[in-house]
Amino acid sequence: MKKRVRILAYPYVVWMAIFIVVPLFLVLIYSLTSGDIHDINSLQFSFESYQKVAEPLYLKVIGDSFLLAFISTVICLILGYPVAMIIANANPKYRSLLLMLFLVPIWMNFLLRTYAWMSILSPNGIINRFLAFLGLPRLEIMPGNVAVLLGMVYNFLPFMVLPIYTVLSKIDKQVLEASSDLGGNRVVTFTRIILPLSIPGVVSGITMVFLPAVSTFVISGLLGGGKTPLIGDLIEQQFLFSRNWHFGSALSIILMIMILISMAIMSRIDKNGQEEGGKAG
Amino acid sequence: MKKILVFIIMTAILLTSVLPLAGCSSGVVINVFNWGEYIEESLLDEFEKKTGIRVNYKAYQTNEELLAKLEAGGSSYDVIFPSDYAVSELIKKDMLHELDFSNIPNYKYIDERFRNLDFDPENKYSVPYFWGTIGILYNKDMVDDPVDSWDILWNEKYKGQILMKKDVRDSIGAALKKLGYSMNSTNDQELAEAKALLKAQIPLVNGYYGDEIRDLIANGDAAMGLTYSGDYMDLYWEGFENIGYGVPKEGTNVWYDCMAIPKTSKHKKEAEMFINFMLDPDVSFRNSEAMGYTTPNSAALDRMREEYPEVFEDPGYWPDEEIIEKSEVYLDLGDYKSIYNDILTEVLAE
Repeated sequence: MKKRVRILAYPYVVWMAIFIVVPLFLVLIYSLTSGDIHDINSLQFSFESYQKVAEPLYLKVIGDSFLLAFISTVICLILGYPVAMIIANANPKYRSLLLMLFLVPIWMNFLLRTYAWMSILSPNGIINRFLAFLGLPRLEIMPGNVAVLLGMVYNFLPFMVLPIYTVLSKIDKQVLEASSDLGGNRVVTFTRIILPLSIPGVVSGITMVFLPAVSTFVISGLLGGGKTPLIGDLIEQQFLFSRNWHFGSALSIILMIMILISMAIMSRIDKNGQEEGGKAG
Repeated sequence: MKKILVFIIMTAILLTSVLPLAGCSSGVVINVFNWGEYIEESLLDEFEKKTGIRVNYKAYQTNEELLAKLEAGGSSYDVIFPSDYAVSELIKKDMLHELDFSNIPNYKYIDERFRNLDFDPENKYSVPYFWGTIGILYNKDMVDDPVDSWDILWNEKYKGQILMKKDVRDSIGAALKKLGYSMNSTNDQELAEAKALLKAQIPLVNGYYGDEIRDLIANGDAAMGLTYSGDYMDLYWEGFENIGYGVPKEGTNVWYDCMAIPKTSKHKKEAEMFINFMLDPDVSFRNSEAMGYTTPNSAALDRMREEYPEVFEDPGYWPDEEIIEKSEVYLDLGDYKSIYNDILTEVLAE
């Protein structure tokens, strides 16, 4: 029985091997070599690409990407947690409707939504025309990092709300009743019971927002006027414009390593959180 | 008797089902890989009807995308539309078929001026499709100085109103040309000066954009931007009267988008038929009329001159011959590509 079930997993393993492991391996090889990528014989082992990543110019780009991703993750958390709580505590009749309203925008193409933000925020866009109509000063945020952050938060917020909502809606109501029976007021109930129990949702929310945010491209190009190139833009440029696959691969590997490190940190927090949550519960 | 009737009916059915196929010749499908929105689509149907060759049309955004896809292999494009420097790179890498001009008799309509250009000196591999310039698109309500020099892109008066092209060659090229250097410079000193000039310009620049420049200027989001003459012609034909286009007197880049056949093509003859079809005077005229770009086809140009004489007064369609003489075609930079790329990244990241 067990064996048969295992057989069912084989197609997936093969799929993974061909489309995930092999390409990753190729990226690793490209990053560690130099020469003509289309001529295997000309490839030579070299750290050249990694040395280039270490140049101050590119370190700055990587730093900017992590900073913007970090800020947008924090904003998503601050905005998303209360939203998740509101939806989780809403009358079950409206709960799925509220959730739907939150999810409908992500059914639309990501690029389209970013272009929409462009026409909302642009110097002569909807907001500024309205402000001018009221005789108020213009809002000059696009192009700029504020507009990029707005675009990121807008695009990734649902990924923060969903996992937190899922965890919150599964908290046993009796635990909350026990807390108030024992004299805990709402603040104590939140900080000692709800928050610790929701940590797994928060952690997966943070991961799901941070990962796409740190590797995003297009948003910074469209809303930032290209003035803050992010690591995603840089990688795209290497593959499409300067066709330096070695450098592009090295950037991708560095990005992957940094993401793995941040995920490892997050899963530690998750573990500790669960232990504390266990104690509190 | 019955048998004969059945036989006749069967033969008739057979014939009617085979005959239309005969019209379809071999049922060949050619893959045409062109820039987005760069052909009058009804012409594709016409070609299919005329020759029975089916056209599978796909679009790309930049030359680099085209080159990357061709280099990655596995593609089976039959007709591609690379620009000048991409043609020269493809020739260098031996990735283009030599064209058999006996299959392309309509090549005779290509004006003498547009033959044997620098990127394909003996004109063996490519046929020009459209041509134009890079210049400054501006909103007449927001700019009151004459737009006839690169200097206006560095004019403090338009702080925050200037858009630059997020294209390595175009932006660095503008700076090089303003300094009086070649747009194909591989001189480190000249490139350092161009980099400094672009860095100094950053506080004045609203943003670096791609195809969005046309819409941002048309919407009044910015006063002027570096872009292709084709973007201007789009707005011109759409009737935007407050939008103008200036070609800098210092000279600029003249670009040629060409038709060529990659070595990976398995239908060279059919691809040549397609190229020949696109060079037909009537087809070429209708394509130029619909797209708004300037054609190198002399017969089509004559008809344009008859029907739209006014566009020949407009630098967007017909730039001054003097400026053209000072202008350059982009050439393949070879190893300097990545140096150009680093310059722009550095300008933007600071």
